[in-house]
Amino acid sequence: MSEPTVTINHLLGLEGVPRQDIQTLLDTGFSFREVLDRPIKKVPTLTGINVVNLFFENSTRTRISFELAEKRLSADVTNFSAGISSLNKGEGLKDTIQNIHAMKMDAVVMRHPVPGSTKQLSQYVDAVVINAGDGTHEHPTQGLLDMMSLQEKFGRLEGLKIGIIGDIAHSRVALSNIFGLISMGAEITVCGPGHLIPPYIRDLGVQVNGNVDEVLEWADAVNVLRIQRERMGEGIIPSIREYRHRFGITNERLSRHRKEIVILHPGPMNRGVEIDSDVADGDQAVILDQVLNGVAVRMSVLYHLLGPRPGEEEA
Amino acid sequence: MGTITSLPRELIIEGGTLYDPLTGKSRQGSLAVKSGKLAAPEDIRPDKAATIDAKDCLVTHGFIDIHAHFREPGREDKETLATGSRAALAGGFTRVCVMPNTNPPLDGPEGIRFIVERSEDLPVDIYPIGAITKGQYGKELAELLEMHAAGAVAFSDDGEPLQDGQVLRWALYYTRDLGVPIINHAEDAFLRGEGVMNESALSTRLGLPGSPVQAEASMIYRDLLLAEEAEGRIHIPHVSSELGTELVRQFKARGVRVTAEATPHHLGLTEEMISDFDTHAKVAPPLRTEADRQAVIAGLVDGTIDCISTDHAPHTVEEKEQDIIRAPFGMIGLETAFGMAHTVLRKAGLRSTQVIDLFTTGAAGVMGMELTPMEPGQNAELVILNPKEEWTFTREDIYSRSRNTPMLGMSFTGRIRATIGRNRLFSNI
Repeated sequence: MSEPTVTINHLLGLEGVPRQDIQTLLDTGFSFREVLDRPIKKVPTLTGINVVNLFFENSTRTRISFELAEKRLSADVTNFSAGISSLNKGEGLKDTIQNIHAMKMDAVVMRHPVPGSTKQLSQYVDAVVINAGDGTHEHPTQGLLDMMSLQEKFGRLEGLKIGIIGDIAHSRVALSNIFGLISMGAEITVCGPGHLIPPYIRDLGVQVNGNVDEVLEWADAVNVLRIQRERMGEGIIPSIREYRHRFGITNERLSRHRKEIVILHPGPMNRGVEIDSDVADGDQAVILDQVLNGVAVRMSVLYHLLGPRPGEEEA
Repeated sequence: MGTITSLPRELIIEGGTLYDPLTGKSRQGSLAVKSGKLAAPEDIRPDKAATIDAKDCLVTHGFIDIHAHFREPGREDKETLATGSRAALAGGFTRVCVMPNTNPPLDGPEGIRFIVERSEDLPVDIYPIGAITKGQYGKELAELLEMHAAGAVAFSDDGEPLQDGQVLRWALYYTRDLGVPIINHAEDAFLRGEGVMNESALSTRLGLPGSPVQAEASMIYRDLLLAEEAEGRIHIPHVSSELGTELVRQFKARGVRVTAEATPHHLGLTEEMISDFDTHAKVAPPLRTEADRQAVIAGLVDGTIDCISTDHAPHTVEEKEQDIIRAPFGMIGLETAFGMAHTVLRKAGLRSTQVIDLFTTGAAGVMGMELTPMEPGQNAELVILNPKEEWTFTREDIYSRSRNTPMLGMSFTGRIRATIGRNRLFSNI
């Protein structure tokens, strides 16, 4: 693989990442898709590079996706999973940082429940830091894989109309989609229960519409966010029934619109709540493509942040 | 870097402009200090006396901070009455009111007496504020009258806003005849929720839980309505928002016995300080937008807000090194208070002497304190400051036991050169 490469040194979020960097990451992602289709799905690019996957929050898919991406680039992988409980016991960010430092890791992929934690990490360690989700802030590789899936489907991002539906206020997926897609020239409308849309969200350059049918009529594609079951326990969402009725993406709802709308979902899905099985498993959904693209685009991110830089000898 | 030493037995402060906030008058001249009291120049032996060169300086009454956390008893690792007093003296303060959210809280006369006794030999005068409720739990009234008799100058559950309006109403009625203020940290706990910063476009971008201005304003409104009804004496601490300032303005015009304070950090900083997730900029109420900052400044300029207080809130390095959600709220403020407030308020059109008024007559008025006249025979309670000097705040300038501040490296105009407290001289000359 050859140039161009990216200007960023870490991937902490998609906010502020230059458009050309995003395009490069996506393009390389498509190249890696070919690697994933080979009988032997491995390249030696990151041989000798140490990557630690540091997960302070439960995650299966994102962690496995990163691990696959790292292994297919031949990196040495260490996994560290700790529940939130270990944070509450006093395993502070500083100790984490110092341990990473002492272990001489080349890269840290971190998921952490606190917004900004990966940024803080990047300020104190020499390693490349990749944000695998920092609380309700960003989940940049999710944003990239969503964009890759959209580009695959439409051949472009510029001018696309994307709806994001669900709990916008607590969604790092929504934020990374917003930052990434807007910088790529797409238009975004966010949609969901009124109190789960941040009052200042328009300042980020998106439109707001509480009527999901109107958003479906407008959009080329919609990204359906997972509804956290905890939110119902807190009384923020009155009932599954009401949510599904007002905001759920059902075949019946989709059939009212003439055009085909592409359906994305970051997973894991609550089938029968924010999305019906018919839709999730139907032709309009690209949900499994998203999973495959997730591995490819994470390989791309690792490659660009850790691989040989232009001018260096390629091993 | 300055020093804190014993006050020389005889001292002459010469070459400065003397400004007495009690009279509002300025004059060129010297001041003599003998055995801790102001003296006539002829009572000083020039050959024996120490000299402070106050050229280019204003010599005025020591400052009063009506809102500080000295953490004693219970969290002496953050601050003690002694270390806090050093920070106060370095900031030009000679009197400090300390908040009762200690461990245990100052919720009875024993606690108040503890502070009074522990403060006898300190370089600044310490005035304890008693808790409104037992344990600061916001449920049952504490022994307010006994605490007042023991020396409490005000009552507050600061840090734990009184959510139960009825309890606040009881406190306002119960203390109405004492004439001392009830101070309620105005933030509705439900509206604030998990908020760690101002709710805004910025909090949305950062994915951080925000505390909306309505959390502050709705509680200020409630408190003002209750004070109006009870004819009680309410004081609104650290007003941080345009909405909050406007409410105070309206209720003052209606004749309610309300006073208010603003902190230097709300005057000088905005929420942008937290955009790198800097825990040092996490404070309650939060730093807000430029429009809010300007409104608070305008409130001070037009007299809506009576005084400046620091809300000096020391925390350990370990606590502030935690992530932005877990790190505690608050920043130290005594050492930077005048520099920041003077810098901002001069730009807003106030004269240096008017800024001094906010730190002296304004604060004294809120607490019902008397200032010491700048006349022979009176205690020497003085600050000597150069209003034109530009300086950069560094670690060396911190006297507090803690150093949690986002202001390191900032430059201010107006610097404390010396402070004369009780038997102690802070000198930075």
